[in-house]
Amino acid sequence: MKSKNELLRENIIRTSGADVKKCMKCGKCSGTCPSYDEMEYHPHQFVYMVETGDIEPLLNSESLYKCLTCFACVDRCPRGVQPAKVVEAVRLAAIRQQGKNRLTPDGVEKYLDDEIPQQAIVSAFRKYTK
Amino acid sequence: MQQRIGVFVCHCGTNIAATVDVSAVAAALGREPGVVFARDYQYMCSQAGQDMIKDAIKEYKLTGIVVCSCSPRMHEATFRKTAAAAGINPYMVEIANIREQCSWIHKDKDEGTEKAIILGRAAIAKVCLNVPLTAGEIPVTKRALVIGGGIAGIQTALDIADAGFEVDIVEKKPTIGGKMAQLDKTFPTLDCAACILTPKMVDAGQNEKIHIYSYSEVVSVGGFVGNFTVQIKKKARYVDETKCTGCGLCTEKCPVKNVPNEFNLGMDTRHAVYIPFAQAVPKVATIDPNYCLMLKNGKCGLCSKLCGAGAINYKQEDEIIENKYGAIVAATGYNPISMDKFDEFAYSQSKDVITSLEFERLMNAAGPTGGVLLRPSDNEHPKTIVFVQCVGSRCSADAGKGKEYCSKICCMYTAKHAMLTREKYPDTDVYVFYIDVRTPGKNFDEFYRRAAEQYGVHYIKGMVGKVSPEGKKLKVRGSDLIADKQLHIDADLVVLAAAIEPDKTARPLATMLTASMDTNDFFTEAHPKLRPVESPTAGVFLSGCCQGPKDIPETVAQAGAAASKVIGLLCHDKLTANPCVAHSDEWMCNGCSSCENVCPYHAITYVEKEFRMPDRTTKIRRVASVNPAVCQGCGACTVACPSGAMDLFGFSGKQISAEVDAICR
Repeated sequence: MKSKNELLRENIIRTSGADVKKCMKCGKCSGTCPSYDEMEYHPHQFVYMVETGDIEPLLNSESLYKCLTCFACVDRCPRGVQPAKVVEAVRLAAIRQQGKNRLTPDGVEKYLDDEIPQQAIVSAFRKYTK
Repeated sequence: MQQRIGVFVCHCGTNIAATVDVSAVAAALGREPGVVFARDYQYMCSQAGQDMIKDAIKEYKLTGIVVCSCSPRMHEATFRKTAAAAGINPYMVEIANIREQCSWIHKDKDEGTEKAIILGRAAIAKVCLNVPLTAGEIPVTKRALVIGGGIAGIQTALDIADAGFEVDIVEKKPTIGGKMAQLDKTFPTLDCAACILTPKMVDAGQNEKIHIYSYSEVVSVGGFVGNFTVQIKKKARYVDETKCTGCGLCTEKCPVKNVPNEFNLGMDTRHAVYIPFAQAVPKVATIDPNYCLMLKNGKCGLCSKLCGAGAINYKQEDEIIENKYGAIVAATGYNPISMDKFDEFAYSQSKDVITSLEFERLMNAAGPTGGVLLRPSDNEHPKTIVFVQCVGSRCSADAGKGKEYCSKICCMYTAKHAMLTREKYPDTDVYVFYIDVRTPGKNFDEFYRRAAEQYGVHYIKGMVGKVSPEGKKLKVRGSDLIADKQLHIDADLVVLAAAIEPDKTARPLATMLTASMDTNDFFTEAHPKLRPVESPTAGVFLSGCCQGPKDIPETVAQAGAAASKVIGLLCHDKLTANPCVAHSDEWMCNGCSSCENVCPYHAITYVEKEFRMPDRTTKIRRVASVNPAVCQGCGACTVACPSGAMDLFGFSGKQISAEVDAICR
């Protein structure tokens, strides 16, 4: 019988489509990340912690919502590991829990102004809600 | 005559015996028709095992033997010698491969045993139809060809010439010397590359036994071990090599001065008529037809007027030379990979992002800056330099760029560059971003530690993610994994340790040589451990980076090893030919030429021959004829032949069918 954590880890790896074992720990993803300073856990740590099954801290970290999904790390990773997809998969695992939506329709109003394009709201919904 | 077959089943320690019940195999095969003796033994290839085979051959008057053991590539020759020593024809030996093709790939002992018996049965069926074959002899041309004139090719040629054999070097550039001639200092001793290379170039140029075809390429290779026929294209250099004294007057006065200088990797310019560098061998000028005004539009002719020796010849044409060789050494070397797919390092956006080989030229006293480290964009001293390792090395296949292998030399040359920079310009900050520092080699790790400890080079465990040119600076963003920080460095110069790859000429050459290559276009060795300098193609040897990334000490060692293999071959007057060659039944041959078209060795020709027909008339028929000295026994013709006329000695259609029947029984 697999532990809950092990099932979670497998689920994250499956939804990400990434192979975390291919990582050679070069740190190029974190060297390239524009949100690095905003993040508590950095792209290379996401990959490593998912590999070792240390997922709980990631689920509860604000870092999940700091990733811009710019895919610079995916483009530049020499091993084809796709760190942004790992972050995405952990984020999905977090928001898919009961009551864990990051954004609700009621909360949108405070973001609205003349500057923000409607599309940003739509894509934020896509990214932060189940 | 009724065959009397002996079967010998090897345990190979536990390699076979752990997954195959060897005594059951011996017992089962002992009941096969024709088998009069069957035994298993711990190590058949040992002296005691071979003696057992010899004794059995004599005692039981065996006419053929089957050895159930490892791959025939491993020990077929061994057991053939054993058989010959006991007085039976060496081609009356068959090997059933019950190790690589059975015990190593099965886990279940019953399955393994069953399969081993089947494989043994097939070999018995075949050996019953074997006929004694006699190997012929082929003469050896006592001359070697070395393709590539870098340090690998030069060292191989010098060592072969030292043993008294003639050797030719074919080099595609106007001078020998290769990459090593472009280097500044060499790790780990920091002696200057030119100081240790140029004497060897001079030795090669002056050696009576060595002939250098510079500015030349191999265009075709025919024949086989001991008897290669090679066509070499001597490209027109528009200068008579026999007359040119290398005075260099033409190269100074030529009015076309804006040609990118490939020796300095395009970082300065040369004239249309040029000598690549001062110590070139042969020291002969070459006219670049893409830039020479006289060759392009018939106007100028200045060099011809100036040349006191009358060496300039605008009418010179490419020349094809055909030579015979006994052995060929590939020494085609390497190149850094293109940085096109690594946009993040801004190589194409900024002149101040350079490769390590370009850095070598910048540090070299004979380079574009006279050895003063100046950044290419504005000729100022760089105060902050960032070295990035593993650019394009160790990439996974699905990253879509770079190479999967470690380029092996980058850690050491980067340590060298960092150290030399700090020594010459102590006010410079030097950062090296590394993933791992790999320094196996004599005095290598000590060297790297010296760079970090004595020269104060900042080694940062991490990788650069992005380089952006901003004004006069290069903004470098990278990770420091130990400090768990993202670093932002304003650099003046960024040096990329680009992965190395085999030269582009290696692939077409391998096709000409019928030598095998791996997926990275490195030549494959005959055995990765036990035959590291030989190609699986007989008579073809490997030297230097064409076989895999290596540094200078390793290259020189391998060059010497390749030379000794060549010498070992050339000192024979004759070689034993392979008797397992194709032959054609002339009565069945319908003259269709299918076999001639598929033969990779050009061993088949067609002849018009007079035949006496059954009705007593005569008829001229066109039939295939195999030259047994050229045929390598690959069997392509036997498959292509629609009429079944082609057959292979030792592997006849009948023998193969018997094997298949035995397996399917």
